[in-house]
Amino acid sequence: MIEITDLTVRFGGVTPLDGMTVTFDIGTCGLIGPNGAGKTTFFNVLSGFVRPTQGSVRAFGDDLLAMPHYKRARWGLRRTFQTEQAIEELSVADNVALAHEHSRRGNRVSRRADVLDALEFVGLGVAPDVKVETLGARERRLVEIARAVVGSPRVVLLDEPAAGLPDEETEHLGRVIRGIPEYTGALAVLVDHDMSLVSACCEKTAVLDFGKLIAAGPTATVLRDENVVRAYLGTEPVEL
Amino acid sequence: MRRPTTSEVRRPATVLALLLVVVLVLPPLLSAYWIDVLTAVAIYSVVALSLNLLIGRVGLVSLGQIAVLALGAWVAAKLAFVSSIPFPLVLLIAGLITLVLGTLVGLPALRLSGLYLALITLMLAGAITVVLSTTNFPNGGPGFLSHTESSFGNPAVRRPDIASSDPAYFRFTVIVAALMFALALWHVRSRPGRAWAAIRQSEPAALAAGVNITLYKLWAWALASFMTGVAGGLLAGSVGKLYTYQFPTRDSIILLAVVLMGGIYSLWGAVVAGALMKLLPALLDDWGLPADLLIILFGVGVLQVLLTAPGGLAAQVPKDFARMGGGLSAVVRRRLAARAERAPTGTAPQEPAP
Repeated sequence: MIEITDLTVRFGGVTPLDGMTVTFDIGTCGLIGPNGAGKTTFFNVLSGFVRPTQGSVRAFGDDLLAMPHYKRARWGLRRTFQTEQAIEELSVADNVALAHEHSRRGNRVSRRADVLDALEFVGLGVAPDVKVETLGARERRLVEIARAVVGSPRVVLLDEPAAGLPDEETEHLGRVIRGIPEYTGALAVLVDHDMSLVSACCEKTAVLDFGKLIAAGPTATVLRDENVVRAYLGTEPVEL
Repeated sequence: MRRPTTSEVRRPATVLALLLVVVLVLPPLLSAYWIDVLTAVAIYSVVALSLNLLIGRVGLVSLGQIAVLALGAWVAAKLAFVSSIPFPLVLLIAGLITLVLGTLVGLPALRLSGLYLALITLMLAGAITVVLSTTNFPNGGPGFLSHTESSFGNPAVRRPDIASSDPAYFRFTVIVAALMFALALWHVRSRPGRAWAAIRQSEPAALAAGVNITLYKLWAWALASFMTGVAGGLLAGSVGKLYTYQFPTRDSIILLAVVLMGGIYSLWGAVVAGALMKLLPALLDDWGLPADLLIILFGVGVLQVLLTAPGGLAAQVPKDFARMGGGLSAVVRRRLAARAERAPTGTAPQEPAP
């Protein structure tokens, strides 16, 4: 469980996050909002790239903001990026091994087996010794997700994993994301603009608008919420 | 355990065979002059290797490696004069002391990168050169900084007992250099190599994967300094007497040029760089051409690498050979086909196998 209390980020006159207070429970939770609503800033605060002006983040009882950022991965925090960041120079297996060897279950003995298992889980279908620079966008996304689920993470942040993917590949991605809590025991937070992906993966969803939390709760209810529809989805009713 | 593939078996075998040829076959065939030149090639390929790792693997540019080399040579020479420690141990200690000194030089790398880092390391190299030129290169005289010129000639830095002759010292140097390459390969293939690859492509991605960026940058700098320090020790034993003019600051810039030309994404690039830096001038000299030609050649070479071949010679030459091989075999095949057409009665066309 992650409890976020009064989280605020200010850059000069801009306030990308404004007193965000929300709790994410075990399972996959959605986080949606229009562009510039503060979703990626929120992830960057959790990752340690952005220092919040005020507020606290407690994840499974630990104060996440007190940890140096590289130690958060060892604690069990993982993320993927809006523009995928699979390491081109390394092989598929080495990309995943990189996350494994800095994780809390990163022992050398089980590394190869754990890495192959994570690749199997995401359904990559590419030999583990292939270099990432030869892969396409879909495979790179899956490598990045494999890197996020290996070595027993506790919190997995997915920043627009479906961006730029065609529909049939998003469907596969949806199945993988739904499987993350069971596979890793982690809490996953999914940011995406693809509403069908969010409603397929997430039981609960929170909505940000101009850095403020405007709704949170069961996904279906949230997506019909009047404020959410106005702020983000447009005034037409949503087809789910 | 995974079974190694054929290329994983064949490649070390090729390297080992090449090493044996260099160590056993070359020395008796060459004159003392060329053995000296090749010893320098081996030493400078280790220096090039250190820069190759820093730039190619971690993305840090240093223009101070020749100054670090001077530090290594200095420490090793002093150790060799004041103690009777066996020479390989002198190399190791010189490497470790240079590791500490070089890492101090590398501390700005934690905050800076690119042009600013290059400039700072160049300044530090310049500073070391200034110290050296005011004191002259410290040799067998007393104290850590002193230089003495005796009218009977100064003693040379000693060499290992088993490798006191030039050909034997050449073999010794090649083996130590090979060990440094093995050390580099081991790093690149394991945990630090993965961390460096992540840092070079994207520091946020490296952090998100749990890589301690400060630690791994310092580690790279320490490894590069250690290797350069060992190379400095080898150089001290090779030339015997050290002088300031052997370590000009501009050599650090030339080193960067040859490392880029050799190729920064392959460890072989460092071998090519060592040859460009030390063998090419000797060849030009041998052919009666002026050595200044090199500056122009290297300028053109770096331009070519930047424009067309980011992998440098180490990546380009095998590709060119493969292309040339492919072209040649296509020509041969066409010739054969043409001949077969002209003489259709010769052999019946083969039936496809059932």
